[in-house]
This record gives sequence, C-alpha cells and structure tokens, in this order.
Amino acid sequence: MHKVTSIEYYSVRDIKGPLMIIENVSNVAYDELVEIETPTGETRLGKVLEVGFGLAIVQVFEGTTGLSPKGTKARFLGKTFELPVTEDMLGRIFDGLGKPIDGLPPPVPRDYLDINGAPINPERRDYPTNFIQTGISAIDGMNTLIRGQKLPIFSGAGLPHNMLAAQIARQATVIGQEEEFAVIFAAIGVQHDEASFFKKSLEETGAIKRSALFLNLADDPAFERIITPRIALTLAEYLAFEKDMHVLVILTDMTNYGEALREISAAREEVPGRKGYPGYLYTDLATIYERAGRIKGKKGSITQMPILTMPNDDISHPIPDLTAYITEGQIVLSRDLYRIGIYPPINVLMSLSRLMRDGIGEGKTRSDHPEVASQLYASYARAQELRALALIVGESSLTPTDLLYLRYAEVFERKFLAQSYYENRDIWKTLDLAWEVLSMLPKKASASKIIELYNSEYFLFKAFPLIITFKLCNKYLEKYAKSNGEKFEAIINSLKCLIKFLLKACSISINLKLGGNSLISFL
Amino acid sequence: MSSKVGKISWISGPTVRAEGLEGIKMYEVVYVGYDKLIGEVIAVSGDKAVIQVYENTSGLRPGEPVYKTGEPLSVTLGPGIIGRTYDGVQRPLDIIALKVGFFVKRGVTVDPLPTDRKWFFEPKVKVGEEVVEGDILGFVQETPLIKHAIMVPIGIEGKVSYIAKEGEYYITEVIAEITKNENKYSVNLYQKWPVRRPRPYKERLEPEVPLITGQRIIDILFPIAKGGTAAIPGGFGTGKTVMLHQIAAWCDARVVIYIGCGERGNEMAEVLVKFPELTDPYSGRPLMERTILIANTSNMPISAREASIYTGISIAEYYRDMGYDVVLVADSTSRWAEALREISGRLEEMPAEEGFPPYLASRLAEFYERAGRVVTLGRDKRIGSVTVIGAVSPPGGDFSEPVTVHTLRFVRTFWGLDSALAYSRHYPAINWIISYSLYVDSIAKWWEKFIGKNWLILRRKIQEILQKEDELKEIVKLLGPEALPDNEKLILDVARMIREGFLQQNAFDPIDSYCSVEKQYKMLKLFVEFYENAKATLEKGISLTKIRSMPVIVKLMRCRYTVPNDKTEELDKLHQEIIDSFNKIISE
Ligand SMILES: Nc1ncnc2c1ncn2[C@@H]1O[C@H](COP(=O)(O)OP(=O)(O)OP(=O)(O)O)[C@@H](O)[C@H]1O
Ligand SMILES: [Mg+2]
Repeated sequence: MHKVTSIEYYSVRDIKGPLMIIENVSNVAYDELVEIETPTGETRLGKVLEVGFGLAIVQVFEGTTGLSPKGTKARFLGKTFELPVTEDMLGRIFDGLGKPIDGLPPPVPRDYLDINGAPINPERRDYPTNFIQTGISAIDGMNTLIRGQKLPIFSGAGLPHNMLAAQIARQATVIGQEEEFAVIFAAIGVQHDEASFFKKSLEETGAIKRSALFLNLADDPAFERIITPRIALTLAEYLAFEKDMHVLVILTDMTNYGEALREISAAREEVPGRKGYPGYLYTDLATIYERAGRIKGKKGSITQMPILTMPNDDISHPIPDLTAYITEGQIVLSRDLYRIGIYPPINVLMSLSRLMRDGIGEGKTRSDHPEVASQLYASYARAQELRALALIVGESSLTPTDLLYLRYAEVFERKFLAQSYYENRDIWKTLDLAWEVLSMLPKKASASKIIELYNSEYFLFKAFPLIITFKLCNKYLEKYAKSNGEKFEAIINSLKCLIKFLLKACSISINLKLGGNSLISFL
Repeated sequence: MSSKVGKISWISGPTVRAEGLEGIKMYEVVYVGYDKLIGEVIAVSGDKAVIQVYENTSGLRPGEPVYKTGEPLSVTLGPGIIGRTYDGVQRPLDIIALKVGFFVKRGVTVDPLPTDRKWFFEPKVKVGEEVVEGDILGFVQETPLIKHAIMVPIGIEGKVSYIAKEGEYYITEVIAEITKNENKYSVNLYQKWPVRRPRPYKERLEPEVPLITGQRIIDILFPIAKGGTAAIPGGFGTGKTVMLHQIAAWCDARVVIYIGCGERGNEMAEVLVKFPELTDPYSGRPLMERTILIANTSNMPISAREASIYTGISIAEYYRDMGYDVVLVADSTSRWAEALREISGRLEEMPAEEGFPPYLASRLAEFYERAGRVVTLGRDKRIGSVTVIGAVSPPGGDFSEPVTVHTLRFVRTFWGLDSALAYSRHYPAINWIISYSLYVDSIAKWWEKFIGKNWLILRRKIQEILQKEDELKEIVKLLGPEALPDNEKLILDVARMIREGFLQQNAFDPIDSYCSVEKQYKMLKLFVEFYENAKATLEKGISLTKIRSMPVIVKLMRCRYTVPNDKTEELDKLHQEIIDSFNKIISE
C-alpha cells in the first residue's frame, strides 16, 4: 500500500451496528486500518469496508457501543492490519487483537505481516502425507490426522471437545521425529474457564513454552472475532514458513466467528443467505481454513484443528456444513455415545479424514492399517444398521450372526473407542486392539458377509408362515383399498401393527418348536 | 478516440466502480489502479463502469487510474497449454511462483504460453491453396499424445500467400499469411479467443459414443456420452472430487481439463503429485501429457473463480476444434454460482432464490450448452467433442436448492450422491435409485457392437434387482428379513452382492480403481447369470442355505480386486466355475 501521512477526521456521519460512516474523507484505501478516538481519549481499531470519493464505511472491531458521531475522531493509518511477529511470541498470552495480556512487555518484533495473509499458490503446495500420532484410537486408527491437514472437531454444547483438543495438543507427535509441535491457540468468544482449561493443560505438560494463546473471550468485543483467527494464523505462517516449525493451530469456537460475521453483514444490509448468514460465508471461512498445509521446499507445516459447536447438534447448519466443505474431513462428536459414558465420544461413521489414505500403511504406519480400518468401518456400519432394525422388529427376530454384530458394536465402543483422557495409545497398540475387537466376528466377515447373513436353519424355518400371512394381508389390503380409498392409510397402519404382533407371537411359537402352522390356522 | 484512462470512484471488495471511461464496453478488460490489477467490466452506464477485479483489491484508493484495453477477456490458444496449471484467468501458476514466491501476490503479469520456447511446425498447406476458417495449416507435436493443429482463425479465409517451412518457431512468429482482396492476415502459432463467446462449429451431432470412465456404476448404469453433460451433486465428503479425479485419470478422452473452482489447494496438489505418476490406460503415457489444470482455490479471488469456468471451456472448445474428444470437469460449479451471487450482491441487483441473481439459470444453461459432439469448422469434416461434468455442492446436501435444481434442468446425466452411503463407506456413493442417464439408449448400440451382446438387457436386469431390493427393504424394515419368501430373500442376497461386488469401486485400489470395458461387461454378465442360476436352482427345490454357502460367491464378490484388466479370461473361468457349482448343488 502506498503510504500516506494519516489525517484525522471528525466527520462521522452515522453509526450503525459495528459500522461507522465517515464523510469528507480523501485518499482513503480499501481495507485500510482506522484508529477511532472517543472524546475521552479511548481508542479503538477498525478497517475500511467500502470507500468512495468523500465517503468511507468503517467496521469497528471493538464495536461502537458508547460512540457518538459527535466528537469521535477517525485516523486512517495508511496500512492494513499488520501483526508484529517474532518467535518470542511463543510462551506468551495475547488478547484477540494481538496485544499481550500476561503483564509482560510486548516482544520485540522481527517483522510485520498483513493478517489477511495471501493465498498459498496451489502449484507450490506439497501434498501432506505424514502421519501424526494423536494417541487416540478412533482418530489414529480410523480418521488419521496428517501433518498439514485441516481437520475440525464438530461438537455440541456440553460435549467434551475441549478435552479432546487438549489431549491431541498434548499427545500429537510424528513418529520417528522427535520434534514437537508449536501450539497456537485462538479462543474466539469462548468462556473464561474454557480458555483457562487449555492454558492449564498446556502448562501441565510444559507445552506452554512452545505455545501462543490469543484470547477473545465471551465478554470481549464480538467483532474482534473476525480478527483473532487471522492473527493466530499469521503467526502460524511466520513460524512454519519462515522459522521451519511444525505448528498446530486450534481455533475455538468457529460458530462464534460465523455469528460475528453475520452481524456485520446484517448491519451492512446485505442480502442474507441461509439462516441469515452472508452469501460469502464459504469464501470467508476458506480464507481462514486454507491457511493450513505444507509448501514445497519448506520444512515447517501448519496443521489446523478448528472446533465448532453445532447449533442444536445440526450438522447441516451453515457453519458446520460450509466448514466441512472446506476442511479435509471432520471429527464428529456424538451425544449418544457421550450419554453412555464413552470418552472420546467420536461418531466414527460420520467422521472422515480425507488425507488418511496417503498417510497410512506400509512404511507410514503399518501395512495392515488400511485393511483393518476398512473392516472396522464395514462391520460397525453393519452393526449400526442392525441396531436400528432391532429397535423396530426386536432383537428376537435377529439371527445369531446379527446378534453377534450387536455385541461387537458394544465391545468396539467400550474397548476401542473409549480411552481415558490421559491414555496415549501408540499406533501399534491401536491396530492390535482393532484386530482383537474384530476377532469376535465370524471369520472373513468382510469378504463373505453375504453368506453369513441370515444363515441359519432357525431363521428360515421361522420365516415361512409369516410370508404367507403377509401375502394374505396384502391381498386383503388391495381389495379393501379399491372399495374404501380414503381410509386406506389408517387401515394399512393397523394391519401393519397386527402383522408385527403376529410376528412376535410366531417367533415365540417357533422357539417352542410348535411349528409355523399355528399362525396360519390362527389367521 | 475516447479517453483511455478513467479513475476509481468506489471500492467494495472485488468490485470497483470507475468513471471517465468513455466508450467502455461490456466485458472489456481493464487494468485497475497503480498496481494494474486485472479486471473485467461487468456493467456499463455512460462513461461509468462496474469492474470485477481478479486480484485482491486491498489498498486501492478512489481516484487511482483505470486503464482501458479495448479487448474482451480472452484466452491465448496455442501449443504449450497441455500439462500446465493455470489460475482462473490463464496465468501459469508455476511462473507466478517463480516470480513472487509461494504466496500468490497480485499485479503479476505473465504470459499464458511460453514465449521463449520453439516448437517444431510441420506445414500441411501450400502457397496458393484456398483455405477457410478452421482449416488446418499445419501441426505441432505439443506432447507425445497431442498433435496440436494450427488452424485458420475464426472469421478468416482466402489464399495462402505464405506458409512457413518445416522447422522450429516461437509462438509469436508468423507461420502463414492468408490473403483476400488485398487484405493480408498473418497467422501465428497462437490465437486469442474471448472466453465468454462459444467457439463456432459446423453442425451438432447426436452423442452416440459413450465416454468410458472405467467406473462401473457410471459406464454400466448411468453412462455419459462423448459430448454429453453430467452433474454430480452431493453433500460434503460424499465423493465428488474423488469421482472427478477418477474420470480425469481414466476416461478415454484425448484432452482433459480439470477446473478446481473454489475448492481446496491440497486437492490440486494431489493431482499435481499423482497425475505425473499415473499412466493413461489407452496410450501408456503419463497423464499430464493430456491434462490441463485450472486452479482457482477457495481462498483465491472470487471473480477469477467466476472466470475460470469460461477460461476452461474455451480451451476445451479449441482442442475440440482440432478434432479431439475433450472432457472438462468442474469442481465445483456451486462455488462458481456463489461467486456470481457475491458479485451480484455487491452490484445491489435484485436477488432471486436464496440471494442468487435471476440470471443464474441462464448462465448455467449457457455453460452446459457449450458441451457437444460436433462437426468442426474447416473443410475436412473433423469430429470433436466437449463433454462437461460439473460437481454441485448443495448446502446441507439438500438437492432442492437453486444451483442443483437449475443444473438438473440442463444436464442429461445425474449422478446423485448420498450421504448415508458415504457414511457407511459405500463408494462411489452414487444413489442408484435417484440417478439417471438419458444417454443409455443412444449409446447401447456402441456397447453391443464393440463389447458384447445384450448390454441393454443385462444392465436392466441389474437395475431391476436393485429396484426390487429397494421395495423389499421397506418390508424388511417393518418385519425383519425373515418375513420374506426364499425367492425374495435371494433378491436381497444378490442385490447385496451387486452393491458390494459390482457397484462399489475402490478408487485407491491399484486394480479396482480402473475397470476396463471388457472387465465391466464380463462382471455384469457374471452377476446376472449368478442370479438367474440361483433362481432356477431355488425353483428346483434346493434350499437357499445351500446356495448361500457356495464358496464361489466369495470369488465373485472379490473379482473386482483380484482380476486385473489384462487378465479378463479369468472371469470366463469364474463363469464356468459358477455354472459347475450350481450343477453340483443340484445333483447333490
Ligand atoms: N471411490 C472411492 N473409493 C474410496 N474412497 C472414496 C471413494 N470416493 C470417495 N471416497 C472417500 O470419501 C472421501 C471424500 O470424498 P471427496 O473428497 O471426493 O468428497 P467431496 O464430495 O468432493 O466433498 P466436498 O464437497 O467437501 O469437496 C475421500 O477422501 C475418500 O476417503
Ligand atoms: Mg470435493
């Protein structure tokens, strides 16, 4: 940007939400940083959102509460928002705009960087393939994290996402390389105790020395939230690509970020997209999430782990939805698993790591890893289907093989998924455990599932009378439907109930070896 | 002459208003500000214009100059395109990196084609010959796979008054002159074309040749024809990108254009790492020798994202005009539509559904209309095609949103991805009940002529079994599977075999990733014959249990992994084994 000396303006025309409209300005640049000064001498920061001859629209990061057009001064600083950066920021705590709040003097900067960064040239990106061991079986075994990946945690209010993220930050290593991750933690509108939980957990292991914390807490200005993740990532880029470090960035909670963005968009009276979020939410989020990765010829890397709470546990809400459209997979937490006491309550079927396939197997983890992961998926997916079926038709109508799958699901959840907050399982342990859990299923479960399925005399025997019942009912139904069209729905439902009842009755009679004929005669 | 320089009057993100631009035209390229950022005019009123800027506008000030060029946004067409990675406005990303490092900076001007490289030109016409637009003047071997035709530019005809001798030339050198009525036109190895205008052709042909993708569910159940259109909508993580990568890698087109339109940087990196290692199954050459990448990732400027689609399709049409079958895949057209929406919003246009501009549907229609199998211009009646396949990313995976709805009006193949299938790791997660292809009947002849008899009947059988399974599942949901008679249970069994052994295809398995047409056809037949035999056996009074415990089932289910494309005779053996196994249980 072409530097100009800053001029002060008293010509604030309107204040609207986080926006300020300033008149009679000249030579103001788009995206320029603005310092606002109140009559009492308090200063706030903002940036130019739109500018024309003699008019600028400025967004005030700390909000406009308490500001009045009269007496408020605006000073255009002739530059965009820049963060002073240095390695010495590790071990320090800052506010959401990057000012130290740990009582120590500001570190001496080595460079000043535009917090918006610049897109990494896709041609220069190095495709990420290094396995990060998080020590958590559900992740390492089935949704592997890769160095340079952006993998969010989708959670819900009250679920232990913070514990999970803290555990990952504590345990993450790349096997065979002793180097530890530098952790950058950006709190975006989270509660004090959540932030101090992270701080404590980093202190416990001494990781705090290689961490930088940027805190915008729940009672801090909402519009700062637009800045906080960008500041964190600017430091991350400096450390990764100038200082050769491997950086893990945790951003929590991105839902608060989205809400701040929505508020600004509303104040600008933009045409809203879904649920009132601006149409550019996808692109805006991408300018944050895409700041992860590796670059050819550079040693460092940025791995991102954004955390977001899904409003109403709804994964199709715009923020989780658009996030998953940008990130390389997602780790989804499940309230159901949490309720039955499973930690970490990871819903493995809805979770996905897209970079997993090129980071596991021979020479990376272990040669059997892809196979065991796909067997775990196939069998657990099958078990979940059967669980749903059992809820409707009852366990008694399942075959012994099916029942085995139901038991398997429980063992899988209790033994493989569940582990303690302090348990750090290495990848070999995880894989061995996976085989152990799978061994309770019939051999070759994945290949010859089809043969095993419903494969029992008991099952065939029982089915016969029922089919006849069903056919009879169906015929009856058809006839009835023709004469009595309107009541069709109601009748179908009651007949379905009847058949269900009969089915139960039948399975009992067959269990008692009374033969299926009883049902037919009953009808 | 009208004024050449105007000035910026308003800046709002990627859209800039300027005034004092007398005679400015719609879609004219302008350079904005002291840094000369590339922009395109998208609205004009008097001497005022609205400009979408293809680079970050941060730091621009009102009053900075805006320079007219008088030219519409164009692509540069000539040898040197293949194998390249471009941004949305055809700037080679590797050269940008050489100039400014690993972050994309703005205000970089680079030539789309290498100007310091010589190409071996082989003339095909003689002085004195009459030529018309589209006629081939000569060839350049661009890559071992692509013989690049140097064509008479559109709108030019006359007598060849000069043709360069066989030899090496820079793209900027004149290789021919065409004279008509004293007017002399010089032809170089490259020409320019305005991206928003479809390149003309002589005649449209029926799409009757399938585009073979090597993906069973597509080639057998929901095929696409060369010159056809397809959309692949699906929620996040359902497999759009993997499918487009698969098609780009394995389809039997001669030129493939992959547009990463507002998607992930790492996905482009993946293509750049893997494609040079993969070989084209038809020629055995590295895939990059037929591939062009256009990468405008989600964090790159959105107006260049909007342009990327047009840049891509113009290049596609150019290679089509040489007589090649070209495939263009765009991931994702939703991001392109969102760019339209954002720009429209900044113009304060009246929005239609969900904030999209009212012209969304017509823009989509225009884009897909540029696909087709055609007789090209030029007197030698070349046939070329552009096949267009677009991913759609509906918010919340909901297919009733505007981009999906409008896209489906203009494409003839629909591969609907299903989150439930993806969650249970059934890949490709194409839902076989809702998907369709309108090319089945027109390409059936090709299959039956070149690959095998009864293709149409066999694939219909498979569809019937799957359809029936879908109905039976309703009953099973209600009553449990035992409520069905054996012949219906058999349908469930076989449907499951088809789903797991035929429809599922692992993109990352070295053998399964690509399935040749011969293997596809033989597998199709095996599954159908298994069903017919099992049904007949059941009718002979043999129990379903016996059928279910036939060891040959496992072999059938695993043949997609075990039988390589060049050993399909093993499937004939398997065929015999299936028949023998049934005979055995009948005779027991
Ligand atoms: N044919 C396949 N074989 C094996 N795995 C597959 C296949 N298709 C998809 N997958 C798996 O699904 C994951 C997601 O696929 P993909 O990245 O193509 O989704 P997408 O639809 O493009 O999502 P988004 O809209 O978020 O970009 C892949 O990383 C891969 O693990
Ligand atoms: Mg994708």
